[in-house]
Amino acid sequence: MRRKTGFIRICAATAIMLVVFSCRKPDYILPGEEIVINPWDSISGDIRGFFLLNEGNMGSNKASLDYYGYEDGTYHRNIYGERNPNEVKDLGDVGNDLKIYGGKLWAVINCSNYVEVMDASTAEHLSKIAIPNCRYVAFNDGYAYVSAYAGPVEIATDARIGFVAKIDTASLRIVDSCIVGYQPEEMAVVGNKLYVANSGGYRAPDYDSTISVINLDTFEEMYKINVGINLDKIEPDNYGNLYVSSRGDHYTIQSKTFIIDTRTDRVTDTLDLLPNSSMALAGDSLFVISSEYNYITGRNEISYAIWNTATKSIVTRNFIKDGMENQIRIPYGIAVNRSSGEFFVTDAKDYVSPGTLHCFTLDGRWKWAVTTGDIPAHIVFTTHSLK
Amino acid sequence: MKKTVLLSAIIFFWTAAATGAAPMRAPLDDGMQEYPFPDSLAIVTDTLGQATLTAVRRTEIIPSQTLRGEQLKRLGSNSVTDALRYFSGVQIKDYGGIGGLKTINVRSLGSQHVGVFYDGIQIGNAQNGTVDLGKFSLDNMEAVSVYNGQKSDIFQSAKDFASAAAFYMTSRRPVFTDKNYNFNFKIRTGSFDLIDGSFTWDHKISESISTSVNAEVMNTSGRYKFRYSKTGPDGGGYDTTEVRRNGDVFSIRAEAAVFGKIRGGDWDAKIYFYNSDRGYPGAAVKEDYGISLLNEDRQKDRNIFLQSSLTQTVSKSYSYRFRAKYSNDYMNYVMPPESTVQPMDNHYWQQELYFTTSHLFSPFYFWHINISADLQWNSLDAKGSDMFNANFIQPRRITGLAALATSFNLDCGLDLQASLLYTYVHDMGKRKDIEPAKDKNIFAPAAVVSYRPWKKTDLTFRAFYKKIFRMPTFNDLYYVQAGSRNLKPEYTDQYDLGIAYRKGFAKGVFAGIEASADGYYNTVKDKIIATPTSNQLVWTMVNLGYVEIRGVDVSLAPSFRFGEVGITARLSYTFQKAQDFTEEKKGGDFGPGVEDHYGDQIPYVPVHSGSAVLNCTYRTWSLNYSFIYTGERWMLGGNIPVNYIQPWYTSDLSLAKTFSLPHGMELGAALDVNNIFDQQYEVVKWYPMPGTNFRLTLSLSF
Repeated sequence: MRRKTGFIRICAATAIMLVVFSCRKPDYILPGEEIVINPWDSISGDIRGFFLLNEGNMGSNKASLDYYGYEDGTYHRNIYGERNPNEVKDLGDVGNDLKIYGGKLWAVINCSNYVEVMDASTAEHLSKIAIPNCRYVAFNDGYAYVSAYAGPVEIATDARIGFVAKIDTASLRIVDSCIVGYQPEEMAVVGNKLYVANSGGYRAPDYDSTISVINLDTFEEMYKINVGINLDKIEPDNYGNLYVSSRGDHYTIQSKTFIIDTRTDRVTDTLDLLPNSSMALAGDSLFVISSEYNYITGRNEISYAIWNTATKSIVTRNFIKDGMENQIRIPYGIAVNRSSGEFFVTDAKDYVSPGTLHCFTLDGRWKWAVTTGDIPAHIVFTTHSLK
Repeated sequence: MKKTVLLSAIIFFWTAAATGAAPMRAPLDDGMQEYPFPDSLAIVTDTLGQATLTAVRRTEIIPSQTLRGEQLKRLGSNSVTDALRYFSGVQIKDYGGIGGLKTINVRSLGSQHVGVFYDGIQIGNAQNGTVDLGKFSLDNMEAVSVYNGQKSDIFQSAKDFASAAAFYMTSRRPVFTDKNYNFNFKIRTGSFDLIDGSFTWDHKISESISTSVNAEVMNTSGRYKFRYSKTGPDGGGYDTTEVRRNGDVFSIRAEAAVFGKIRGGDWDAKIYFYNSDRGYPGAAVKEDYGISLLNEDRQKDRNIFLQSSLTQTVSKSYSYRFRAKYSNDYMNYVMPPESTVQPMDNHYWQQELYFTTSHLFSPFYFWHINISADLQWNSLDAKGSDMFNANFIQPRRITGLAALATSFNLDCGLDLQASLLYTYVHDMGKRKDIEPAKDKNIFAPAAVVSYRPWKKTDLTFRAFYKKIFRMPTFNDLYYVQAGSRNLKPEYTDQYDLGIAYRKGFAKGVFAGIEASADGYYNTVKDKIIATPTSNQLVWTMVNLGYVEIRGVDVSLAPSFRFGEVGITARLSYTFQKAQDFTEEKKGGDFGPGVEDHYGDQIPYVPVHSGSAVLNCTYRTWSLNYSFIYTGERWMLGGNIPVNYIQPWYTSDLSLAKTFSLPHGMELGAALDVNNIFDQQYEVVKWYPMPGTNFRLTLSLSF
């Protein structure tokens, strides 16, 4: 009899324990956060706001989308989830590029292998396009071009060559693809040519050092221009030139900027003294930020330069004029509002914590800052207010 | 079971007598009768009184947390980490499934501060400083113990003093009854297409020499379903069920050992072999399923070590011990070019040579002095991507350690211990064109006090202080595109104050109780963390972090008997506030728009966690229920809603029965059902854990 009561007690104790500890909250998709950051802000020209894509560290599935509206000076953090609750696992892993074309907002989600297409006035999901290891997007004449690392595996080198996918922006389907170099990064369209910067970043120290030039009429690579190792960003100016960044090898070869004349497709200038992680053009001013680590010296060199594309000369080596650069740990993204001239620098900090977006006035004085998602990186201005 | 206890006692007394073991103060003095706990209670806290087959005890004044023998089996654990979840103050990082990486962290100091010892000798990993405990089977394990600070037994090697916390795995030593051999065959099968077979063969060659051979083969597909579901703030939401794939493991483990006894001591020699091939399923992040480009990474491991030990008590006032080890580890990590990321085929070879000698002097019965010296040599070679080959130093490291420790065990119930560890580290590179890190010369102290005010009442007060460091690993210093050779060691300071109580009753329903509580304050200084540079592929290591940890560990273990039914319970609870006070976490003067994460709880450490284990035995039946609770945690990047991770709690049940067969043969059968309420949870964000799973074990011994 006694034995029985013992077992009953155990069962009772077990049941009580289960009840006590059952305190898991239901799992909700997080609502976005609104921060009134600059209520005195106003719309300048046709730019009503901007979207910011946070990359999120690899494997953390923390790509996220933020929006800032000039109308009310409010920053909306992490808006994708609440606007798209039915999309499985939110925006995904590593947001790598963000652009607006034809009223649609395109986000390239690198490690989730897809391009997200949203309505630019609501940030609501319209469609997604599967592209393995996709990196950047460029537009021309009703088509989107997406660079991707994962082309076919080459038998000879056991490595994977990159490609560019051509997407019809009306049907949102891939209509063609073109093989380029290794690990292609940013692209630019000049005339009917698509320029693709090939990095070969996964093949270090045997980096790629070319730009693939694709004829957009035939969508075939015409030739490659030999430029410099580990190419990354590419930015056309208003004079038919392309500015191309080389990240170097972090040991003996420094990061630098190259100028290519698109009429001859030749390298005309090598700017050894213009290290380059990211750039943004406003008129004739090319804003160039650089954060370059060297494993031999163990030091990280940071610079904020403006280059005049008309005179091809340096305007300043530090476009932040009030000393605020000391408070930025890793400058990561740069954007300039072409209407107001105010510019933005993002701080990626330690890559695993929320970053900071800093807004500066035209003359380089700090205006405001706001906490973003992890690794704030890509900014696109919009002429539609977010509904 | 009675037989085992008796036998244990005999062997224990034999060892004690043979080694002339000094004052066996504490429970045993009161006699075994006062502790009629079932054998399984021996797991609760490793108390001095429990007869142990495995080690010579000498005034270990602060008991460890230990699980041993039968109790280990009853927990129905896959690997040693499953057993460790029941300890207070311990966090396990588990990437899910049988093949996922599993590491131990004690009191939030960081897994690289926990020394992992196998049969008394540390398992090294000079490459990254962590040991994957998922590779250690419980099949041949006699006991697993966790010590905060250090083992408070001064007769030990300098390495035993050299980590902030220590985890000891003790393999089974053969015990013979009336035969001169033991055989055991075991087969396990269950979820994840698991099939596991093992055998053990013990042989008694003479009264003083015996051998043991143990081998195990395991295969699992590692496949299991997992589910993510979320509700939208204004309705809607998603609910997706996926299958974890590329989590298969095939492993072979074999061990052989010789055990010998000499006058006043013993010796042993052991060889260990492990070989495995596994897939890494990676993070279960959002993927587009329109294309088949999933994580296909593969890892092969091959570990071999040889180790030997000799301990002898020469006289009442002098004992010595020698230990030596050679290990040779190979690891191959492959990312095939078909996968979405960088193709890679890296090979790593590690070697370690280790030698230690300890000498214990006892000028008086209450005073002991130990001097120990260790010498260790490590090497790491790697071959892989061109980047690796072009810039890898191929490091070699010589570590010299010397420890001086003394203890006073006074008749008034006061025990005092103090130790000082000296460490010298010299790095070299096989590649002469790359500079290695500078030499290190470091002294580190520790002190332990224990006080038992009343002879008749087993109530002990205890306290310890310890300062220790971990060396930057080879990866921290030299990893291509990440390492930084200017790193300093990472220091920890620990302060602990605790109380322990034990009482047993010979008659009545209440058989006994053990209880303990500890409060502690730890700091981690110059914490080595990875910091990014210009892009996601290029990182470097820096001494940046500063963490303060305040915690309380409580455990309570009552036991009951109702006629032939024995019930033991063990409840443990841990409170931990582990805060990141790294300067860089401060928000700066940017106004209210910029958040501050200074002082936030560090990632993956729950403030509240606990476990409850209930074991019932009736004749040859045994039923075990265990419950584990881990409170809310945050992933990397501050305590904000996007980093929140849900609490999880699982219930496991196991039922076992032994059958006696003719000719002294014994058949055992056990059924384990884990996570019976099918909770979907993650220990590490985006590494989903399995839902309900089961396992059936059959064993035959004779």
